[in-house]
Amino acid sequence: MDFLIFKAPMLMVQASLDGILLGILFALIAYGMALQWGVMNIINIAQGDLVILGGYIAYTIYLWGIHPAWGVIISPIIMFFVGWGLYKLVINKVVDRDLFISILATFGIAIVFQQLMNFIFGADVVVAQSEYGTTMLFDNSVTLPNSKIFSAFISVLYAVALVIYMKKSRLGRAIRATAQNARAAKILGVDTEKVYAATFGINAALCGIAGALISITLTLHPYVGLPYTVRSFMIVIVAGLGNLPAVAVSGMGLGLFEEFADYILGTEFRIGAVFLLLVLILVYRRFKLSKKREYLK
Amino acid sequence: MEKVKQKDLILYSGLIILGLAAPYLFSAFKVQLTYLCVLIVLAMTWNLQGGEMGYNTFGNILFYGLGMYLTASVQVGMFFPLAEWTESGGEKTFVHTTAQYFQGIGVGLLVSAIIPAIIAGAIGYAILGLRGHYFAICTLGLGIAAGEIAGGIEIIGAGQGFTTPPFPAEIVDTEARGKFFYFLSFALLVGTFIFVKYIYGSRFRLILNAIRDNEDKAEAMGIQTMKYKIVGWMCSAFFCGLAGGIMGGLIGYIDSTDVAFDGREMGVFMVLMAILGGKGTLWGPVIGATLFHFFKEGLWTLILGWQYVALGILIVVIVVYFPEGLMGWLREKYPERFGEVIDEKDRKAQVELK
Repeated sequence: MDFLIFKAPMLMVQASLDGILLGILFALIAYGMALQWGVMNIINIAQGDLVILGGYIAYTIYLWGIHPAWGVIISPIIMFFVGWGLYKLVINKVVDRDLFISILATFGIAIVFQQLMNFIFGADVVVAQSEYGTTMLFDNSVTLPNSKIFSAFISVLYAVALVIYMKKSRLGRAIRATAQNARAAKILGVDTEKVYAATFGINAALCGIAGALISITLTLHPYVGLPYTVRSFMIVIVAGLGNLPAVAVSGMGLGLFEEFADYILGTEFRIGAVFLLLVLILVYRRFKLSKKREYLK
Repeated sequence: MEKVKQKDLILYSGLIILGLAAPYLFSAFKVQLTYLCVLIVLAMTWNLQGGEMGYNTFGNILFYGLGMYLTASVQVGMFFPLAEWTESGGEKTFVHTTAQYFQGIGVGLLVSAIIPAIIAGAIGYAILGLRGHYFAICTLGLGIAAGEIAGGIEIIGAGQGFTTPPFPAEIVDTEARGKFFYFLSFALLVGTFIFVKYIYGSRFRLILNAIRDNEDKAEAMGIQTMKYKIVGWMCSAFFCGLAGGIMGGLIGYIDSTDVAFDGREMGVFMVLMAILGGKGTLWGPVIGATLFHFFKEGLWTLILGWQYVALGILIVVIVVYFPEGLMGWLREKYPERFGEVIDEKDRKAQVELK
């Protein structure tokens, strides 16, 4: 245990800024999770692995000599088709079934993805150098990599674009109609099968963007997908489905929690703290609801 | 009725004799057989949870890993300072005598059965109030958090792992270690089977089934569902802890995330085995675990490096195409053998409706 953070106020500013910028990125992943959960009623354990795959796509173009920031455009395009294919292969068979089946099936997909990424990209921790430099604040006591600011900016940009798209476009309206009532939408002529495939594709594309941003701000490794899944799950259950401002706020809250846990408990307990927080949030909500004799649905 | 009983008796005594003779018949596969016993125990206890009670848990790995650490810690801590042992190569400076080793593992297993059960009881009230997928995700988080936290605790070896006491060197018989662990796990298997079979014939199982089928109605009928859920989970934890303790001794080395709280392997295996065999049946998990183990051991060496890909695809295929498992499939095919009476008229009426 290290309580250095309480003695140095600048460290607190550092942790807060890091946490908020990181949290915006988490919120983007969580938005994809909320989208597919709301529309298709499946929980995708492979969410984090889609993120990492998106990151590796950006890393690959970086290896080819293209600046990794282009990944935020290329990676979602590729990931959209990966998501579409995944839907056609497996997900369409679990959509209307028990949620536990979707959890297990996507768990299987996650294992396959992890292992394939391990074969293709190797088991080393990699990072794509964006060479954006760092911004120094408060007499050089707070350092802020420009890549983090860039990633937060891009996340917000894409999230806003997606919200507008969902509101205005034909497909967006079809997706929202399907989320409200799949059967009614079908009767009224919406091709729900296509809507589902597109939803999963959009979710994968969001993961691709987030992954490309992670490849320049954090690190990539084939086996670190699950914490991203858990983080997005956590954000979604705190924020609720289809409530974008709440997703953004709880994403930032999670980012803050993580950075502070990192300083206070030590880095080795960081992931453990995230998973433990998930358990605590669920238990808290369970006790709150049980007072009204209800339970989480 | 008498005839069925006699048939059962022959079956059970045959299996027990086979179990007792197995290490002599297949003496090269003793470790594999021990694994098999432990896998069956894990699948059966998962089935109590996921199959009978309808609470699909990924968290039984928590008790398994806990049992592993507890047995080893007690076995060392009873005679030697634990911190020095785990710090670096304690197993070279301190040597267990034969008596100390067996005393240690005996007490260790006792502790590793009781403490997980107590922990299950303590956290049960909070966790089991969650339903459905929230419970599944919560227990998944719990298992992984436990692994990550255990990897940061110095006294049990932290990230570098924990070497369990080596088998006493005074016993010269090279086969003794394998036999010891095999018979230990076989005894555990028999004990678990008897216990689960007893539960299958009891009112307790009906209550668990009622909870699975409709918890609100069960509560409305006056069953204190929470009490039974906690007891059910404690039973699972008890046997999972024991299984973990035996596995720790057999493997000889405990790593926080790769051996003990191994959610990626053991944690998924137990779910998969129970589903493969058929949830909610007595024999399903046994058959599922046996099939899975043979399949895994046969395939693992053939497709070295690709085993996780195969495992992932296997999970998807089983879950998507055979969610009822082998027993469920048999039940569909030969319902009369499972004591289900089919009303021909009713079936015909249903067919016409389609």
